[in-house]
Amino acid sequence: MADAAIARTTAAPGEPSTWERLKVNRNWLGLWFMLPAMAFLVLFLVYPLGKGLWMSFTDARIGREGRFVGLENFEWLIEDRDFVRALIFTIVFTFVASVVKFAIGLYLALLLNNNLPFKAFIRSVVLIPFIVPTVLSAVAFWWIFDTQFSVITWGLVKLGLLDRGSPINWMGDPFMAQCVVIFANIWRGIPFIAITLLAGLQTVSPSLYEAATLDGATKWQNFRYVTYPLLTPIIAVVMTFSVLFTFTDFQLIWAMTRGGPVNATHLMATLSYQRGILGGNLGEGAAIAISMVPFLLAAILFSWFGLQRRKWQQGENND
Amino acid sequence: MTATTSAPKAMPTPSVAKDDHSEGMSYLESLPRKTVTVYIPLAIIMVVLLFPFYWMFITAIKPDQDLLDLHGGNPLWVGEPTFRHFYKLLFESNYPTWLWNTMFVAVCATFLSIVASVLAAYAITRIRFKGAQTVGGLIFLAYLVPPSILFIPLSTIIHVYGLFDTPFALILTYPTILIPFCTWLLMGYFKTIPYELEECALIDGASRWQIMVKIIIPLAVPGLISAFIFAFTLCWNEFIYALTFISSNPNKTVPTAIVSEFVDGDVFRWGSLMAGALVGSLPLVILYAFFVEHYVSAMTGAVKE
Repeated sequence: MADAAIARTTAAPGEPSTWERLKVNRNWLGLWFMLPAMAFLVLFLVYPLGKGLWMSFTDARIGREGRFVGLENFEWLIEDRDFVRALIFTIVFTFVASVVKFAIGLYLALLLNNNLPFKAFIRSVVLIPFIVPTVLSAVAFWWIFDTQFSVITWGLVKLGLLDRGSPINWMGDPFMAQCVVIFANIWRGIPFIAITLLAGLQTVSPSLYEAATLDGATKWQNFRYVTYPLLTPIIAVVMTFSVLFTFTDFQLIWAMTRGGPVNATHLMATLSYQRGILGGNLGEGAAIAISMVPFLLAAILFSWFGLQRRKWQQGENND
Repeated sequence: MTATTSAPKAMPTPSVAKDDHSEGMSYLESLPRKTVTVYIPLAIIMVVLLFPFYWMFITAIKPDQDLLDLHGGNPLWVGEPTFRHFYKLLFESNYPTWLWNTMFVAVCATFLSIVASVLAAYAITRIRFKGAQTVGGLIFLAYLVPPSILFIPLSTIIHVYGLFDTPFALILTYPTILIPFCTWLLMGYFKTIPYELEECALIDGASRWQIMVKIIIPLAVPGLISAFIFAFTLCWNEFIYALTFISSNPNKTVPTAIVSEFVDGDVFRWGSLMAGALVGSLPLVILYAFFVEHYVSAMTGAVKE
């Protein structure tokens, strides 16, 4: 039809040339546009992922390609007390931090969803812990919980809750150090959860609450039967992300404790760094990192079903 | 509150006084009641969230001897503020270099990622080639692959490519974190642009490239800003790659340098450390102050889609 006019300028009329086809064909065009992103992701994400998997089955060290040793790394790790400890602490860390973050985050979101003076301002201030680089706020926590000069200890002494002669050894005591890093993680995670859930809350129409209240629903029932079901899809996604990033956390621990005291606060990521990069046992480090994958897959599946649910709740196929 | 996730079907006990959600019914709340249920809890949470920054700031402007003397005066206040720590930081250390490195890496990586993401997002939402849906799903999955499981194999790859201890090691690896996120965000924005505009342009003889550059991108500017701000923040915040791939002092970024160069067990470093953390956060906070809305929409957009 009309493309004869266009075709004349480039090639012989009739059959489009190969170049023309590469330029116009949907699939080729898609490929061209996808190329830069795909190049990055394949070179620096898919390939390392595969390589990491391979390395976890080798005895690679820094500066030396490894030999294939089968499951030896994993067999070693299971008997390694530090690894088992790190695994258990990672799970406890993730569970406690996620549950508390969710509870406080949801509570904060509900609070912020009220009619408040300076609402926009308060909301932006709440997000500040999230935008300040984790390491830098971890440094602040490190100082706040310094064993000798802790301001918290000072506060407790002032309030008469603590004897000045016996300060709390925040970072020196394994259990205390674990509590401190969990607290710091919660502190940093709350804003993200609160603000994303707030965005979800704001899409809930007030008329639903009015209708429910007219029907005699209490505040709690309003929350349980109106807010919560409407919020479930977004909660599923937010919590998946939260669990994922808490489970694989590295920088907070590294900046505050480096896994100490006596390896009590090692997460799998920090242990993997210590063994793989600092210790030079790349194979073992990779094996620790790969051990995280099953847990991540569980989180992703969780997210997947959360998203599925969202689709049928909306009653349409939102692509 | 979390108990509700697994709450059985039994009738809930109307015990907890929940806050009002609607604007229409807020007249039912009296001020004293609202003070107890809303303002006080909110104030407590805000204080806890902001206290570390206050403490950082106070520490950074305190003279050294005050830092070590908690019980002498009130540690929450400074009698004679000093800017010595900031001076030391900016003129007697490599801090400006680190700041510049961080900025350079963040801008380059963000720019690369946005270019790649715009192309990818446009292809997935508009060109709709065979398998576009699958590719979209795979990109979402890539978002879920954390750097913590990639840094060891990546470090060997970086060595092989000869990028170790250069800014390019970071500029080229950060996009793997940013591209999935930016693409996902931009796909959401592109979907809101009506097809009709594109059809008009096609009829007028525009190529796909022209359509993207002249129609889609100008309309998606808010989305681009959101993606830029969020990606920039992620770059600035990135730690594990910077720690693993950069070894020499003048090539470090602020987060890694703060942790390794300022920490030598010397008590008198605390002031500089806090000053460093504060100055390192400042560019992000300023950027954030100007683009709060974009930032929030990036964060929530990434979750909603």
